[in-house]
Order: sequence, then C-alpha cells, then structure tokens
Amino acid sequence: MSAGLVPTVRVQRQDFDVAAEIAELTRGRTDIGAVVTFSGLCRDEQGALSALELEHYPAMAEAEIGRIAAQALERWSLQGLAVIHRHGKIAPGENIVLVVAASAHRQAAFEAANFLMDYLKSRAPFWKKEHRVDGAEGGWVEAREADALAARRWKSKGPE
Amino acid sequence: MTTRLIYFAWVRERIGTSEEEVELPDGIETVADLLRWLQSRGEGYEHALQYPDVIRVAINQEHVDHREKIAGAREIALFPPMTGG
Repeated sequence: MSAGLVPTVRVQRQDFDVAAEIAELTRGRTDIGAVVTFSGLCRDEQGALSALELEHYPAMAEAEIGRIAAQALERWSLQGLAVIHRHGKIAPGENIVLVVAASAHRQAAFEAANFLMDYLKSRAPFWKKEHRVDGAEGGWVEAREADALAARRWKSKGPE
Repeated sequence: MTTRLIYFAWVRERIGTSEEEVELPDGIETVADLLRWLQSRGEGYEHALQYPDVIRVAINQEHVDHREKIAGAREIALFPPMTGG
C-alpha cells in the first residue's frame, strides 16, 4: 500500500535524536499529515537496575526489522517509516528503540507504529540482560506472554 | 558438509560458546532432530536445550519452526525467545 517507500532501518550502539529523526522523515514533504513516534527507554525497576545489556544477532537484526517494516508498508498507507534499535549497554533513562511512522491521516501511522512495536518485541533478534545496582548477577529478561499475544492479535485483523 | 551453529543469550552462556562448526551426522533432517542431537553432546548442551519447545531457531538469518528441514543450511542460530523493543 505504501508504493515505493524504502524504510529507514538502523541497528546501532549509539543513541539517536528523536527530533532529528522526525525532521529527516518530513523534510521537504507537504503530503504528510501525521507523524507518530514510539520511543522505548530503559527503566531502572525501582532503582534495582544499573543497566540493560542488549545482545543481538548482527547478521539478522536489520534484515528481520526490514521484513517487519515491509509488512507494515504493505498493510498501511505510509508516507515515511524509520525504525532504530540500539544494542550494547544502556543505562536507565536512555533510549533503546524508536519507531517513526508518517502518513496522510493519523490512523495509519498510529496502527503501523503499534504493529511494528508488537512485532519487534517478539521477532527482532535482541535479548536483554539485567545489570543490578547491588552487583549481584542479573538475569536475562524473560519474554512476556503478553507481548506474544499482542503480536498475534494482528493476524486476525485487516488484510495481510 | 559443515554447518555453522551460533548461539545467543542464555543458550550461548549455557553451551559455553558463541559459535562452532559441526559435521551433522546422517539422519538429522529437521530442526527438532538437530536439537535432540545437540542435547546429547554434553552437560552444557543438555542444560541449554532441556526445554526444546522454548528454543527459537533461525536458518540463514530467518526464523523457522522446529519442523523445518535443515538440508543446505549454512548457518543455524539457536536462541531464547526474543526480548528486544
């Protein structure tokens, strides 16, 4: 549905600037009526965490995010799409992930951003390990059933 | 033919290596066969793969299910359910 649009997909260690990414997507455009952004940040879990370590599968991560982005472009009429996912050690308060979806009308951008996050959570090859403030060995974050269910609900909705 | 196996997160930690080249014995046709064979290779493998149903697998960097045939796979990755985003 989003003819000819090539999404921006980046997997990187460094931080990103949300405003700069929106500006990049909308620069010189007069056909965009809606921009929805989702930013995922690192929480400290009531002061218990000093950082999250994000391991990823370098050869697959960008490709898989690209496949998810391609599904979103097919499903919704978007004017722009950017997905950035960080890896490495990330401190509480720092950014982890960004989705920017632009469309003529708000509904497509809202839904596409929501879909992308649900799919990123359950299909993008990243794993979070906790580093604890007290120095104790932190564990791997467990996948939540709620995230898997959230991704599954898109199967029954709309044209695929 | 050798196949490259790569491991991530707690699968990597329990097996004790991030990647290896293996010669797959005859009769290993599907991902499920591979997981069963790997479990017999030592304590680390047994610990990592004791609940094979939870292990996610990618062949040549694409997700597959456990019934997938592995003939011709250059790279097979085993990892826990993903927790990015």
